[in-house]
Amino acid sequence: MTAAQAVPGALLTGAAGWMFVVFAVLALGMAVAVVVARNPIHSALFLLSSFLLVACIFILQQAEFVGAVQILVYAGGIMVLFLFVIMLVHQRGVQERLTFQHQWDVALLFLLVFLLPFLYVLWTERFPELPQNLDAFRMVKGKIAGNTEAVAWVLYRDYLLPFEVASVFLLVAMVGAVVLGKRSAEKVD
Amino acid sequence: MTITINHFLVVSFLLFSIGLLGVLVRRNFLTVLMSVELMLNAVNLNLIAFSRRLSDLTGQVFSVFVITIAAGEAAIGLALTISLFRQRRTLNVEDASSMQG
Repeated sequence: MTAAQAVPGALLTGAAGWMFVVFAVLALGMAVAVVVARNPIHSALFLLSSFLLVACIFILQQAEFVGAVQILVYAGGIMVLFLFVIMLVHQRGVQERLTFQHQWDVALLFLLVFLLPFLYVLWTERFPELPQNLDAFRMVKGKIAGNTEAVAWVLYRDYLLPFEVASVFLLVAMVGAVVLGKRSAEKVD
Repeated sequence: MTITINHFLVVSFLLFSIGLLGVLVRRNFLTVLMSVELMLNAVNLNLIAFSRRLSDLTGQVFSVFVITIAAGEAAIGLALTISLFRQRRTLNVEDASSMQG
């Protein structure tokens, strides 16, 4: 990875750069397909491929741990949950007559409100030319270790309290999902 | 092909915009939830790119937290979906309008 350090500010060079282009274009195409597909099952499968392609981009940037978590949690957990619910509520005969609401004007206005500051920042902001230290992703106590070990080191040393709060958050979400999804006794039909 | 942080910002912005459009214009509640997941994914892309750019692992740790939040949000949202379907026999967000003034 000495080539990446030759050009200041370059994140990916050469073949890795072209792979990023391929993955990014495919991920964007899959995202468009998620939004325009009529059938929710098709949307879910397009979303799954989009997640996998974004995970490929993560791994391309040597963030292997986050890429693996993306595949395990999103593709393995969330998408299975989505597919379960789709199959639970899917009605065969009832087809959506209209896929989209009549809100295109509001949606495009929102998009413009986001687009203008984004373009302004993209054209004016020059991010500082820091020397890239690729070993920072895998150094633990001055020795070369794995990316997972380095992330765990930062997570448990500097962000222990947010980590514990996240576990409480997951517990609250689980209890809330059970309560919301529970069939109440008097309403059983 | 040399990729800088600006390429990542553009891809992330496009992904976020697609998700935003999906949230605003789709009628199916499940697809709206999927679009929210797309937006969270776009944010993760930015976090990882800046983590790489600044040689700082905090971005990766933060994106793990974002994935945690996404999991909780999906669980609650899908429970709401089932609840809505049980009450109304529909997933159309325009039919859930009984609180409209």
